[in-house]
Amino acid sequence: MSGLLEELTAKALRRNVPISVQMDLTYRCNERCVHCYLDHDDHGEMTTAEIKRVMDEMAEAGVFILTFSGGEIFLRKDFFEILEYARLERQFCVKLKTNAIMIREREAARLREIGVESIQISIYSHRPEVHDAITLVPGSLKRSIDAARFLKSQGLRVIFANVLMVQNMQDYRGVRALAEELGVECTLDPTITPMMDGDRSVLSLNIDHNALREVFRDQSLVGDVDEFCAVADPVDENSLAALPCSAGHTACYVSPYGDVFPCVQFPLPTGNVRTQRFLDIWRHSDRMNEVRSIRLKDLTTCTSCSHVGSCTRCPGLAFMEGNMRGPSSQDCEKSFARTGVPSANMLAKKRAAANLVQIRVLPAPVDAPAAGALA
Amino acid sequence: MSKLYMARNPRVAARSLDGEMMIMSGRDSTLFTLNKTATILWQSADGATPLDEIVKLRICTEFEVEPAEALQDAETLARELASHEILQISEEPIPQRNPTAGESR
Repeated sequence: MSGLLEELTAKALRRNVPISVQMDLTYRCNERCVHCYLDHDDHGEMTTAEIKRVMDEMAEAGVFILTFSGGEIFLRKDFFEILEYARLERQFCVKLKTNAIMIREREAARLREIGVESIQISIYSHRPEVHDAITLVPGSLKRSIDAARFLKSQGLRVIFANVLMVQNMQDYRGVRALAEELGVECTLDPTITPMMDGDRSVLSLNIDHNALREVFRDQSLVGDVDEFCAVADPVDENSLAALPCSAGHTACYVSPYGDVFPCVQFPLPTGNVRTQRFLDIWRHSDRMNEVRSIRLKDLTTCTSCSHVGSCTRCPGLAFMEGNMRGPSSQDCEKSFARTGVPSANMLAKKRAAANLVQIRVLPAPVDAPAAGALA
Repeated sequence: MSKLYMARNPRVAARSLDGEMMIMSGRDSTLFTLNKTATILWQSADGATPLDEIVKLRICTEFEVEPAEALQDAETLARELASHEILQISEEPIPQRNPTAGESR
């Protein structure tokens, strides 16, 4: 984050302004990525008019950065109408997340004309046989790369988002080389998230500890490996008063059905913009305020963890594990892979598991009560 | 002296935060914040009101400044904002698509 954006975000936090919102326009998609957390059926998306009204309310609330994502945003026939309204009528700074396979020269030129801050494209591998096996759409890598070229030729900022999983863990260097060749940026995310309905079966696609360890020791990714992999210094009370992340503090998420959540990865419903004003939800939702009230010092287990000062703990993933104040096991795994030091949560689980398998010799019962009787 | 008209560039992203404008350039995504005077200029840049009137009606009433000095400073500022493509300036009125956009909060 740039210094100025950081400063503005701090100001937004003090003023309780949701400076950044992700709005998914649809969950429908033309790819079927094996790791995707969404249900792609349409259960009643907001109409064009509803979305415009929500954007009016978000502009009024002070939202500056608006990210359109999905699903595949270009599947909405009114996508350009929505984008044009966001940019030219409400002057949001708009970011797009897409697989880009519907972007050809004409769409790229239109995006340039309307003006977007960046277009993030999901690229899983530089090899078609790997990328297409993840999206389950033959030819999808070629189409996404063609789109990146069209967008670049229009002078637009393109970012490849490379999610790492079992299928493509050997390919991230190839994706980065491809990005460099095309003159686009590249991000790497080693986390597969549970389905929004709580189904955790997709987590089996996460790369294992050794692969994660290797990624965290790749100098081309992390820079100074020793510094990146060092255990953080113990934290003081001021650090423990810090916020766990921006979810619910300066950012939130709106689903295609109008549900408002603290973050796309934090499926705690806080209200619905079809029946409530966006700002009322943001300011007055009990659940939003509960999320907002949590400080690092309030976290169970994590406050005593040696990683608390440097952990990437996601409150949404913790919530999906059952406790928004609890640890996020996936982030514990990351801290462990990075430093070699197990987290407090991992140690606690190990102790609990040890207790489960402990065999005790029980003393012979003396005057044991009859079966079924209560003491 | 000829009149100077200002219009907001519709390609920028803009939002008011705590009385000051956040502006992101449409040209290269550079982020700017405008101080209170620049924010007044931005908010008044409707393409129809000349700069000297804006200075007289909005700036001199807000700050204790000499009108001539204020106009000179405002013109320098307007030209600087125009060099970043945040404002459009012209000696003729400039038609605008949405004169109230970005004025929330």
